Amino acid sequence: MKRILIVDDAATVRMYHRGILESSGYKVEEAWNGIEALEKSLEAPFDLYIVDVNMPKLDGYAFLRELRQQEGPQQPAIMISTEAAARDEIVAYQAGANSYLVKPVRPAQLLAHVRLMLGEATE
Amino acid sequence: MGLITGKTVEHAGNAGEKAEPTGEQLLAALEDPDPGVRRHSARKLAGCPDASSALVSRLQREEDVAVREGILSTLARLNDPVAVGGLVGCLRSEDAALRNEVIETIRQMGSEVAPVLESLLGDPDPDVRIFVVNILDSERHPEIENWLIRVIDQDAHVNVCATAVDQLCEVGSEAAVEPLLRLKVRFASEAYIQFAVDLALKRIRGI
Amino acid sequence: MTLSTSSSEPHISIDDFLKFKEFFYRRTGISFEPSKRYFVDKRLVERIEATRTGNFRGYFTFLRLQASGEELQQLTNLMTVNETYFLREEYQFQCLVDSILPEIVRRKTGANAIRIWCIPSSSGEEPYSIAMYLLERWAGITAWDVEIVSSDIDTSILRRARVGRYSARSVHNVPPRWLEKYFRETGDEFQLCDDLRQAVEFTRVNLSEPADTLVYHDFDVIFCRNLLIYFDDVSRTTAAETFYEALNPGGYICLGHSESMSRISPLFKVRKFPEAIVYQKGLETP
Repeated sequence: MKRILIVDDAATVRMYHRGILESSGYKVEEAWNGIEALEKSLEAPFDLYIVDVNMPKLDGYAFLRELRQQEGPQQPAIMISTEAAARDEIVAYQAGANSYLVKPVRPAQLLAHVRLMLGEATE
Repeated sequence: MGLITGKTVEHAGNAGEKAEPTGEQLLAALEDPDPGVRRHSARKLAGCPDASSALVSRLQREEDVAVREGILSTLARLNDPVAVGGLVGCLRSEDAALRNEVIETIRQMGSEVAPVLESLLGDPDPDVRIFVVNILDSERHPEIENWLIRVIDQDAHVNVCATAVDQLCEVGSEAAVEPLLRLKVRFASEAYIQFAVDLALKRIRGI
Repeated sequence: MTLSTSSSEPHISIDDFLKFKEFFYRRTGISFEPSKRYFVDKRLVERIEATRTGNFRGYFTFLRLQASGEELQQLTNLMTVNETYFLREEYQFQCLVDSILPEIVRRKTGANAIRIWCIPSSSGEEPYSIAMYLLERWAGITAWDVEIVSSDIDTSILRRARVGRYSARSVHNVPPRWLEKYFRETGDEFQLCDDLRQAVEFTRVNLSEPADTLVYHDFDVIFCRNLLIYFDDVSRTTAAETFYEALNPGGYICLGHSESMSRISPLFKVRKFPEAIVYQKGLETP
């Protein structure tokens, strides 16, 4: 079973993503910010990261930079932002994101990105 | 070799009786090339009431995270209008790390900043409104719930409303129920809003 | 019509529990599994009654809005088991001798002592455990000087730490050979030997008071276990800055088992060693 880490400081958002992913058979863990996400991913790397941009103490970009530095580029990451501006998308890819979504995220859209990132066939 | 005790801590306490730097020296040190010196001066400036504008100016250019932390905690302690205005300005920064550090600092500044936050709920930039709604959860101001209700009734931007709903999960009371139901209708095609409102209603009713 | 007698006790619904769980996780980083519900509910009911807030809603508002944060501190105390004894969370001492100290020694230029700061000292179990561990498990102790400073805000507990007299429960985890070597049994108590007592310098410090903490610097390792979890946001930030100032470049911080730097500060890097997660100050920073 593929393991996914949801990194977001909003509990409601974590629950929303968790519901979508679990009902499609993924195993989900949560982190409240970039530091907690690093702690969890250094314990055991995940197959995929879904990362919010704005979080306390360590934001999504800084988390991805640190993750890439310590663990390399293997595990894909989807960055989720409230900012549609193109500049944020570029910063996200520079930080090490593989895909970029703008909130609010629809379930089918999230699952399509997840499957693509995990190299799974989409039906 | 082995375990030793140096008594360095106690001795250091007496040794450090150098002359205290003046406010002007500290302000100059804020621009020193050595981050250690800048950090030290930022922390020391907590004792200088007029330091806010120099600290804000340095903050916008500062790249060392430890210096930034020092500046931010001093600004939080000074907590004067210049400090508040400077911090609010940084919410528009392109630097995500700085934005988030500033959000946390404002959270720590207490009810003095509440009126400024309320006015920012009408800011034209939806991202600024989202940050402000985010900060509200740590406020102890009695009007918070009403502000959040106003947001979900009036704000046109779905993400601002979504953030307000997240907050209402924790601070909402019966008064938020009707506005939440209205929001659900207003964004009937947004799956996230439907999910978040249902959750908030459950949390508020707590049955 | 009969009503159940238990209806006089405040009721915690599943949504109340979840709401509290999210709040507590956000504030402290402690996350409860659903299987812990009974444990959590019981303590919530206890505090609802003690604070006379009547029901969950009243209590939750009080908890969230109380300016002093005292109630959250009380509750955190209840939700965590915080007893201190020798060699508690031993994996961290293993990490110290097997991973951290070898890195420090590799980097050290010159022969100055390795300095360890242990806070809170409490009644001394932790700093003395470190001292014992270094003598027994670290070969490097023959080549290097190590200085252990241990601090607490409470002067009466510092006095007890200096005396070094412990109950059987306090030493239950100490291997028999170490017990024989470092302690003398007196009645039902265990007296720590003078050599170890003199190996730790005890000082009084208030972590939120810059004037107190200014003289703490040049440390290589800081142990700060099960303390910051009880602090509010501002005090945590201040403490993190104090630790940053007190550490040498590349210095390490060890937090308690249930604690995470994620609620405290972005100043330190997360380091994974085989034995534990540890936090490190950047190497380049002065």
